[in-house]
Amino acid sequence: MNWLIGAVLFLILAPIAGGLIAGIDRKITARMQGRVGPPLLQPFYDVGKLFEKERAVVTTAQNFYVLAYLIFIALSGALFFAGGDLLLIVFAFTLAHVFLVLGAYAVHSPYSHIGAERELIQVMAYEPMIILAAVGFYMVSGSFYVTEIAATTVPAILYLPGVFLGFAVILTIKLRKSPFDISTSHHAHQEIVKGITTEFSGSTLAQVEIAHWYENVFLLGFVFLFFAWNPVIGVVAVAITYLAEIFVDNVTARARWQAALKSGWLATLLGIANLAILSYMMLGGA
Amino acid sequence: MQTLLFLIVFPILVACLLLFVKRTTIRYAVVALSALAIGGASIYLLMRYAFEGAVYFAAPSGAIDLAMVAIEMGLALFIIYMGAKFRNYLAILLAVIQAALVVYLEMTFSGSLHAANNLFIDQFSIIMALIIGLIGSLIAVYAVRYMETYHHHHPEVRDRQTFFFFVTFVFLAAMFGLVFSNNLMWLFFFWEITTISSFLLIGYSETEEATKNAFRALVMNLLGGVAFVVAIVLLAATEPTSGGIDLARVLASPDAAVVLIPVVLIGFAGITKAALMPFSSWLLGAMVAPTPVSALLHSSTMVKAGVYILVRFSPVFAGTFAGFSIGLVGGVTFLVASAIAISRSDAKSVLAYSTIANLGLIAACAGVGTYMLVWAAILLIVFHAVAKALLFLGTGVIEQRTGSRNIEDMEGLIVRMPKMAVMMFIGIAGMFLAPFGMLISKWAAIEAFVQVPFGLIFIAILAYGSAVTVFFWAKWMGKLVTVTQNTERVEKGFFEESWAPLYIITGLVIAAVFLFPVISSMLIEPYVLAIYGVTAHLADANVAIMLLMMALLLILPVSFLLFKRTARHLPAYMGGRPATPDLHFAGSLGLTREAQTRNYYLTEYFGEAKLFRPGAAVCIVLILVSWILAGVAL
Amino acid sequence: MSTMAFLKRSPWILHYDASSCNGCDIEVLACLTPLYDVERFGIINTGNPKHADILMITGGINELNRAVVRNLYEQMPEPKVVVAIGICAATGGIFRECYNIAGGVDKVIPVDVYVPGCAARPEMIIDGVVAALSILEEKRAKMTGAAQIKDDARHAAGEST
Repeated sequence: MNWLIGAVLFLILAPIAGGLIAGIDRKITARMQGRVGPPLLQPFYDVGKLFEKERAVVTTAQNFYVLAYLIFIALSGALFFAGGDLLLIVFAFTLAHVFLVLGAYAVHSPYSHIGAERELIQVMAYEPMIILAAVGFYMVSGSFYVTEIAATTVPAILYLPGVFLGFAVILTIKLRKSPFDISTSHHAHQEIVKGITTEFSGSTLAQVEIAHWYENVFLLGFVFLFFAWNPVIGVVAVAITYLAEIFVDNVTARARWQAALKSGWLATLLGIANLAILSYMMLGGA
Repeated sequence: MQTLLFLIVFPILVACLLLFVKRTTIRYAVVALSALAIGGASIYLLMRYAFEGAVYFAAPSGAIDLAMVAIEMGLALFIIYMGAKFRNYLAILLAVIQAALVVYLEMTFSGSLHAANNLFIDQFSIIMALIIGLIGSLIAVYAVRYMETYHHHHPEVRDRQTFFFFVTFVFLAAMFGLVFSNNLMWLFFFWEITTISSFLLIGYSETEEATKNAFRALVMNLLGGVAFVVAIVLLAATEPTSGGIDLARVLASPDAAVVLIPVVLIGFAGITKAALMPFSSWLLGAMVAPTPVSALLHSSTMVKAGVYILVRFSPVFAGTFAGFSIGLVGGVTFLVASAIAISRSDAKSVLAYSTIANLGLIAACAGVGTYMLVWAAILLIVFHAVAKALLFLGTGVIEQRTGSRNIEDMEGLIVRMPKMAVMMFIGIAGMFLAPFGMLISKWAAIEAFVQVPFGLIFIAILAYGSAVTVFFWAKWMGKLVTVTQNTERVEKGFFEESWAPLYIITGLVIAAVFLFPVISSMLIEPYVLAIYGVTAHLADANVAIMLLMMALLLILPVSFLLFKRTARHLPAYMGGRPATPDLHFAGSLGLTREAQTRNYYLTEYFGEAKLFRPGAAVCIVLILVSWILAGVAL
Repeated sequence: MSTMAFLKRSPWILHYDASSCNGCDIEVLACLTPLYDVERFGIINTGNPKHADILMITGGINELNRAVVRNLYEQMPEPKVVVAIGICAATGGIFRECYNIAGGVDKVIPVDVYVPGCAARPEMIIDGVVAALSILEEKRAKMTGAAQIKDDARHAAGEST
């Protein structure tokens, strides 16, 4: 029954936590730039506002794809917090992103189109590392199930430092932070307007935002797994990781897609090297 | 046993009958009825033998053996004749070598060329028979109308439809024979028939290009054929107790090291037939053939024979370095072919590279050959056959209706051909998205490779490979679902009957997800259990989640009802320029210009020119290494 | 829904330079800097009309950007307000006599708030946005009200038949 509680709690609490995290993020970013920044609850105001706006679409189909994106992001997060199979979760997660990309394709708009292509490049950049991270957890805990990974008493981070660093790189891509905010950006305008979300407005855009909150909580949960043997250290580590991401966001400029792809794939190589050493040690030990 | 013989003999009879049917309507009736009979018989096979494990049949030999040798000689003469006609001396050389080896085999080892049982059936054969019987015959049904339209569009091609359908049905018969043979001599005979059949079908249009590509396919497959005969010679030379030419005995041989060399050679034959690198070019060249041929070659016949043989022999590969090396050939092929697919805009070319990639993955599973991997490999074979057949047939329809098979020209297909677009969408989803089949298998493969020593190499290959797979499929999907405005619907006008096979196969793609637990527990798991003593299966909770996801996907389109039709429709944002919904905008000097969207192909990174040679080189080295390692093991 | 009114707390801006001398544009950008930090009020410069609530235009309308300004305005979902920044945006300013200048922004689209000045100072721009917020809120109330009336009418019609 635990799994059901985990899933339901995630579905209810993640938007709240995700919105708060986004609020803290904006506040810290503002402080780093010497500004006061918006109120903590600003992300909720934004989303609330978007629901108040008129429904305007390029094509009705876009609503469908964005809804599917939201549902499958929520589903993969719920599976994660229910303690499910990490690989299945990763694949559900990919499915969700494909829906977002299809939504951007459906509207037949030049800016959305470039955003969609770049989003796909991002998926291509981070997917290997995320699969590899799951495999890394398996090698440490002997299971792909989040429940069992979280229950291990060994500090995964000590066995998987390379995997963690690699994951931190793709986390930047996933959180849509500079230098890898190439498909859409939370900041002021970029060269492709708002990229993948250009044609989404009102409640559709709000759904994208909520999906992003779900996603961030899920990703931070993933980071937590590296430190799961000690929950206190885990929470602190998650906070430090996120702070580091905000810092990187603020000190780097947007890179080209080539850089995103290369970084993601090189990070994966780091992870592979880590796992190779690990399996060598395990073979030696056995 | 009658059902087995029926499935082998009946298509041949139909083939002969079709030689004399000139009118399309009658041909359609004949093909449809025999498809029904063949499909029915393969389903009967499932019900009759699914729960019986492996069943062996003595089946008459003697006269049949003799006839087979005679036909093989005849085919060799035919190849020599064709080779002389088109000045392809390599084909002649290989055919002569092969014929000489067969004669040598018959002369020297005539005493040991008997298998205790010539035919057999087990769950794996049933799965293959179902693929051939259902998908293969549906493609044949589709082909009737397609070929009529094809000749309408290509008046320059000589109309040889009777011959076309003759070869198609012989092909199906050979495939059935191949998966039912326990006698390796028989297996080799059917193997050669598939080689010749595909040669004839690829060269159907008789253009210079078609002939060239047909010969390329022939030469590469003959190369495999030669390796196959050499393997049989080596096996015939061993004691019958440790192998001989009886498939079951070879697999259960107590003398694994002795049979390893011949099995690696047969594996090489499998590699050529499954178009793994460096032999992938024949399958790409095969695109010149009419689309049903591609569908046949890629989904239910030919290449599936290659991976069938690899999976069949994977208990011998298991745990050997030679097997691991063959697995790596598959792995490298998977990665390189997936990457090249990114750079292709021709739909058939993308499909071909994706086939090569997936066959590589199957070979990787088969080469390493643990019980979980064999389980995953068989799943891959099933799901790939269904989804790929749908995609090829769909591409054929689109090409005939719109005049192009370029992915860029498929933009807005959801508006122009909604039914076809939805089917293509499902087919593509079947190839790479959760919870569809291919993804389940990839997932199973990852879980299996984790437990193999040095499996990390494969994990890395799979991780990168599935990432690039997402890229090239998703961007194609994107083109399909783009809602273009002011475009004409062109779906109507295609012959009505041709939709039936498409509908059925689309249904199969979806059904495969729901039926997958049944397929696994009823067929694949008992097969794996019988061979390895242990079996793999997906955890019940995960199966439940997959079904939940599938149900969600089926329900989600209902949400269209929720969206208010009153929503204001705005044209796409064009940087502030006033634009029409179909992306025409007021340019400078008062001219109206049109914005177009094109996909990324990243040729600079993933081009064929960049990746093929290194990939092929690595694979050649790996194949040689597999031979050396097999020799060392002896 | 109608009582929540998040709109006032989250006005997103689209800034368009019609044919400004860049003086006002610099001042608009100054609003984003740490000194003025308009993000305190939830204001974000989106650069995308589909996401924006407030269209901020600097400079007068000329014959070439007439269509562009109208297009940007049409692309914004309701409710929306237009703020004309600087004297040129209000009337054409010192350029009004030029052969190619049509005049202020209100020659093309309805303007809700005029912020005078040459160049308009950041304080005044912020003040203009704050004034725009209450208009935005009014429009929103009217919009939901209109929808409500339409809904009621439909229900009434449904009951009567």
